[in-house]
Amino acid sequence: MPIRSDRAGFLPVAQLPSLVARLMALGYQCLGPAVENGAIVMRELDAPDALPRGLQAAQAPGHYRLTQDPQNRYFAWANGPQAIKPQTFAPQESLWRVARDAEGALQFAAVIPDAPAQALIGVRACDLAALAIQDAHFLREGRRDEHYAQRRDRLFLVAVQCAEPAATCFCASTGDGPTPSAGYDLTLAELAEGFVVEAGSDKGAAVFDALNLSAATPQQIDAARQQGQAAAAAQTRSLPDRNLRDALMSRLEHPRWDDVAARCLACGNCTAVCPTCFCHAEADTPALDGRTSRHERIWDSCFGESHGHLHGFNVRPDIRSRYRQWLTHKLATWHDQFGRSGCVGCGRCIAWCPTGIDLTEEVAALTVGEGTP
Amino acid sequence: MMTSVRKPRVAVHKFSSCDGCQLALLNLGEDLLALAERVELVHFAEAGPLDPESDVDVAFVEGSVSTPEDIERIQQVRRHSRFLIPIGACATAGGIQALRNGANGAQWVAQIYSHPEAIASLAHSTPISGHVNVDFELWGCPVNSRQMLAVVNSLLLGVAPHDNADKVCTECKRHGYPCVLVSRGVACMGPVTRAGCGALCPSLGRDCYGCYGPAENANTDALAAQFERQGLTPQAVMQRFQSVNNQAPVFLAAADKAGMPRDE
Repeated sequence: MPIRSDRAGFLPVAQLPSLVARLMALGYQCLGPAVENGAIVMRELDAPDALPRGLQAAQAPGHYRLTQDPQNRYFAWANGPQAIKPQTFAPQESLWRVARDAEGALQFAAVIPDAPAQALIGVRACDLAALAIQDAHFLREGRRDEHYAQRRDRLFLVAVQCAEPAATCFCASTGDGPTPSAGYDLTLAELAEGFVVEAGSDKGAAVFDALNLSAATPQQIDAARQQGQAAAAAQTRSLPDRNLRDALMSRLEHPRWDDVAARCLACGNCTAVCPTCFCHAEADTPALDGRTSRHERIWDSCFGESHGHLHGFNVRPDIRSRYRQWLTHKLATWHDQFGRSGCVGCGRCIAWCPTGIDLTEEVAALTVGEGTP
Repeated sequence: MMTSVRKPRVAVHKFSSCDGCQLALLNLGEDLLALAERVELVHFAEAGPLDPESDVDVAFVEGSVSTPEDIERIQQVRRHSRFLIPIGACATAGGIQALRNGANGAQWVAQIYSHPEAIASLAHSTPISGHVNVDFELWGCPVNSRQMLAVVNSLLLGVAPHDNADKVCTECKRHGYPCVLVSRGVACMGPVTRAGCGALCPSLGRDCYGCYGPAENANTDALAAQFERQGLTPQAVMQRFQSVNNQAPVFLAAADKAGMPRDE
């Protein structure tokens, strides 16, 4: 007897493709994990049974290597180099175009993307927390970004509980994971025999009901809960469980900034892989005929030269001031802007920093002797 | 009714180089025809027109100054050009041939050529900016068509070309290429190298070798230290900085430093 979506259902492992098939039948372009350049990325699935099994990745500061999950699970990997940010905040897109008409006058037209309906399969709790922050930024009352909104409105989010956090993960300390608690359409917890499934939205509930799931047993629900607790306990890194605003802003001349600047490449990788960073630059791309031009938005970074460029001078000419900008915005002034820290504990800035700078370690060094030990 | 305006006159000069950067213009295909509608190509030996001594609005210069004759000729190009823009690693940094700057060039010539007296080669290969004022530089080995078009377009519109001195990493990330330095442990030069290529090498799963020259604020010390942690010998680290942009001051200093014995 199938149960309704107000309870947890159970999807046997062999029937995972039926979930993907259902989403495809609803017209969603389905994205899931795939391997590229030795890392797990989100790419389009070409068939309901195309989700790979057994993928895992060992992560450490400046280090990411694919491994094999001995239990051959679908979602035993913690995360890849990119969250779901590119699906909503496009790395490069046209905002408007301008053309010179026959009389020589300029005609401007907005370019609104024709976004496909996308289902993202394998979204993590940290990704959802980051998406909520990006929503607060891009969909703010009176400042709605139509380009972001077009894509965001058409997402279907299939979240997955993290059972195997990476050594770089610290979402438990930021309160954002490892078990998804909000922001998903469906969420899965992977057990050996299948998935405990819960719906988190009306459209998620409709898919849930169409799957005709049997009820998850109390033992299965308990196993999923315990798996989440174990994953939280297994995390080896952490940020202090308090607002770091004053601690960091009172240490703007701390010698540690010089220390980290010597190790920092100012490559901007941390900001690009950070799921909450939203800085961008805008530039015009004129066509060769001299009659039309596109105005484009591209991802930018506080580690770049032009980001700190004001007329006649640069406010952040050196690496020290750029790293300080990134860390103090992310963990300190973000509180003023969004009412929380800008860090969701995904650890990508640690793993994908080419020289392995560890944000949690920098914070510890900067705030030593501050607050509770 | 609009009066017809004189088309801007463009020249492309070659100095000591392989001709590859000029291909960035020739490879434009249909865009080259569109470009020809808007500019007059006065001198471009590889494409046909020959008139090196006319006055032009824009002169693109490929190649380094490497022979006594080059020294004279670049002065002449400067005198005839309103804007002079070196293109490519040879013109901006001296090129791969500048490896001789740190060696005994005369000895090399004697070892290689049966009639060394027939070779008129300066001891050093130097960038165009070492001899004349330049108005803008396009780095890369070779430069690409997209960059060339952007520069020409900007000049036609009367604005300064955009100088992107950010790192290659920014292009990897915008394209969604996972970082090969992190995922494969290869000695990628992207974090110290100027963007512009579209992260071509990492897109194919291999490491950047720095052919676009040093980016702004290139922390070569930090990258060299990382390469050593990844297992490169000091000699191998030094060689990472001794490629086509070996005489770019930032890479030259990094190579010198990597090759020096360390105080432990």
